[in-house]
Amino acid sequence: MANTNLILPSPTPSPNRSDSMYINDDLARLPPVAQLVVIGNGMAAMRTVEELLKHEGGKRYRITVFGAEPHVNYNRIMLSSVLAGDKQLDEIVINPREWYEENGIRLITGDEVTAIDRDARTVTSANGICVPYDRLLIATGSKPLAPRIPGLELPGVCAFRDIADVDKMLAAARTHRHAVVIGGGLLGLEAAWGLRQRGMSVALVHLMPTLMERQLDAAAGQLLQRDLDRRGIAFFTEGQTKEITGVDHAESVLLEDGREIPADLVVLAIGIRPRIELAVAAGLEINRGIVVGDDMRTSDPLIFAVGECVEHRGQVFGLVAPIWDQAKVCGARLAGDQAAIFASKALSTSLKITGVEVFSAGALMAADESDEEIMLRDESSGVYKKIVLRDGRLVGVVLYGHVVDGQWYLKLMRDKEDVSALRERLVFGKVFAEAESGGAKAVDYEAMPDDTQICGCNGVCKGDIVKAIRTLKLTTLSEVRAHTKASASCGQCTGQVEEILAYAAGVDAKATKKTVCDCTEADHDEVRAAIRTQQLKSMDAVRAALAWKKPEGCHKCRPALNYYLLCEWPGEYHDDASSRFVNERLHANIQKDGTYSVVPRMWGGLTTPAELHAIADVAEKFNIPTVKVTGGQRIDLLGVKKEDLPAVWSDLGQAGLVSGHAYAKGLRTVKTCVGKEWCRFGTQDSTGLGVKLEKMCWGSWTPHKVKFAVSGCPRNCAEASIKDLGVICIDAGYDLLVGGNGGVDVRVTDLLVRVSTEDEVLQYAGAFMQLYREEAHYMERSAPWIARVGIDYVKRRLVEDAEGREQLCQRFLYSQTFARIDPWHERASGAAAAAFQPLPELAGALA
Amino acid sequence: MNAHDWKNIGPLESIPRSGSRRLCLRQAGRPIAVFRTRDDEVFALIDECPHKRGPLSEGIVSGKTVTCPLHNWGIALDSGEAVAPDEGRAGSIPLRVVDGNIHVYLPEPAVEAIA
Repeated sequence: MANTNLILPSPTPSPNRSDSMYINDDLARLPPVAQLVVIGNGMAAMRTVEELLKHEGGKRYRITVFGAEPHVNYNRIMLSSVLAGDKQLDEIVINPREWYEENGIRLITGDEVTAIDRDARTVTSANGICVPYDRLLIATGSKPLAPRIPGLELPGVCAFRDIADVDKMLAAARTHRHAVVIGGGLLGLEAAWGLRQRGMSVALVHLMPTLMERQLDAAAGQLLQRDLDRRGIAFFTEGQTKEITGVDHAESVLLEDGREIPADLVVLAIGIRPRIELAVAAGLEINRGIVVGDDMRTSDPLIFAVGECVEHRGQVFGLVAPIWDQAKVCGARLAGDQAAIFASKALSTSLKITGVEVFSAGALMAADESDEEIMLRDESSGVYKKIVLRDGRLVGVVLYGHVVDGQWYLKLMRDKEDVSALRERLVFGKVFAEAESGGAKAVDYEAMPDDTQICGCNGVCKGDIVKAIRTLKLTTLSEVRAHTKASASCGQCTGQVEEILAYAAGVDAKATKKTVCDCTEADHDEVRAAIRTQQLKSMDAVRAALAWKKPEGCHKCRPALNYYLLCEWPGEYHDDASSRFVNERLHANIQKDGTYSVVPRMWGGLTTPAELHAIADVAEKFNIPTVKVTGGQRIDLLGVKKEDLPAVWSDLGQAGLVSGHAYAKGLRTVKTCVGKEWCRFGTQDSTGLGVKLEKMCWGSWTPHKVKFAVSGCPRNCAEASIKDLGVICIDAGYDLLVGGNGGVDVRVTDLLVRVSTEDEVLQYAGAFMQLYREEAHYMERSAPWIARVGIDYVKRRLVEDAEGREQLCQRFLYSQTFARIDPWHERASGAAAAAFQPLPELAGALA
Repeated sequence: MNAHDWKNIGPLESIPRSGSRRLCLRQAGRPIAVFRTRDDEVFALIDECPHKRGPLSEGIVSGKTVTCPLHNWGIALDSGEAVAPDEGRAGSIPLRVVDGNIHVYLPEPAVEAIA
């Protein structure tokens, strides 16, 4: 069933079939083993079977299920999340084939039932399979409505109803640019958003003046349109589609008013209609849907129906909640419970578009003067709330932007609670207890609830970790990582996981030696020392000298060795692309959907109109779905297709833009404030100094990412005190700060030294970079490195030893002569071209 | 296995050593990752990690294992099986090298099945 509301006005007086309840049917009339045939393998059908199997009476049936689609039972509502890339197909399967087997259900997929013979009590499928029934359940669902316009038959036109449609849309998104969605209801909007997320340019045509007019009032509909417009969907409201044009493929959508929209893909999402042909042919009572009574029986007492194909008391259904209720009643009835009754309740809808929050239930506006509307509207934060009161009770709610109270309102509506006493506060929502504030003291893991999330990246809770440690008898951090995935991604929860290991297994993980990886017994310092003292200049040489267990190493040690060799032998050692994580190999950041993000360098956060023009042109030319300003004073272009990267870089390069290394374990940004050139508090040229630092240090490879900042006065607008290297300008000169870090484990910088000239700042910066490069472990930020070796050690090397500082800086500048090369320019000019292109497509032979 | 079900996708050298490239089918189908190990062995898998469908063709290839770039699952190149304790499997495509060219086994119904 679709996640769309389809409570259409009833064209004829609704027949009431609740009189069928008089039929005195019980299990005694059934043969000892009764045949139940289910037509339809969708959500309503299988939920009914699940409900039936919960009852003792359900065990009487031999169940046969026919599904027209070639798949097992899946969650159709989630198709829009699959389209948008938020979920994968296998994540929306409700019942796998094993479930059917375990419950003795015969499943026939990819075969549609074509006839019901009520006299012979059989159904027959398209493939000629004939199955007798004692009870029959019809759950044929609905079909998409299509407008009566020319061009529907063209390739490139599809509905948004099943997996096959989603496959078509995804295939189009891979190779085509322009999509037009017809229909501005829930389904149409989710389709449009999904295609936009997949990098297409999307236009949406809607017949009505505002979006989702059945669920939202005009004000909320306009807010929604404004937000989606900002996210790059073009709207054509009050648009009546006249024709889809094209010769052998869809090319454009033509509107009655003459507007024409280019379209490689046209998605029809104007609504759904109950699929009733089979029931009509079988002579069952039909109105808009298959008419059922409160017992979910059709006009034939042996035949039940549930889901979007039915009509109950004049109402048809498109939302999941009432259909779950139908399934429950129908399952109970089939199992012999004669008391189960279906009654429809107040319904709510919500929209599945990431970051857009919409909720509505009941009346959208006051029906007459005795009804009251209370509204709250906060334009700048994009929040809109409206509640409708009638006789002291809540009868409707529309929420936009802030919907956490939706279910609470819905409950008030369903319970018909008297809310007069709450009236003045009601629109502000349910008051939540203040969240308790966490302290920095030692954590009591015994008392911590099992569902407390420890690893945010992989969604692992304390209970999962403790259970794995105890049942699998884990004793090391790497074992816990392997079995639970906790701390396996960003590693910020490593300390907590170690503490849980200590709590659950009594093992002090911190005391065990941290080897580079499981390939070797050597730790990072031993590897670096061997490279230096034994003059090892290749990964094979390192692995041979230190008796590596795997001849080629693994994904952990190879990037580390590659870095150590590159750092130790600048100009001699050649970078090994195959030992680079994909981001550093392709010089862009991989995103969860396999696209990439591109961040050009903006020296010291400065840019020019020409650069901004170039970025805007590139974003439009390559249909880049998201353009975001980063925290590091640059612009991030998100959702770039891999094949487009060299061309994007080429265009950016024409305007003088180079790689920002936003993907690299290297210098990322140098954040600055405007300094004394503009600011009335500024003491030095902080922006200019930031640019000099960035020009000196860009392109270098480091153990982990490195961020700088320069603030023009102690107000510290550039947040220099949480950077790897921060400079705070004062009247007398410059304070140099090192080892700061934002993120989960915030660490404020230590003061390294106060100097009086820019040249000194630059020399200290170079020396600091080189010390960090030469002595930190791969994947160790400067904050944990300094926490490990101590700020006093860093001061001894950089402040007290002037000669050593000079040498460190010289080594850094020497290695920079090989590093200050724009990798984007190289690749835009053809370097590593094959890495960006897939193999030639396999085509003709397979057609 | 019919001879015409083996598709020539080009020379071994078109795949980087200890690396991979993606092969797309013009028919709407899941892309295939073609891997070449350091020892010039070649393998083909459906280019989707069994965990979250990460592009295996972008992973680091060590020995006969590729590490998914999204969440570091290890996948055996010869079987498609996830390295324990992870569980799951990426579809494996038969492949052979003839006269220096890589041929993958893609019978037409199989192409349907992947789609």
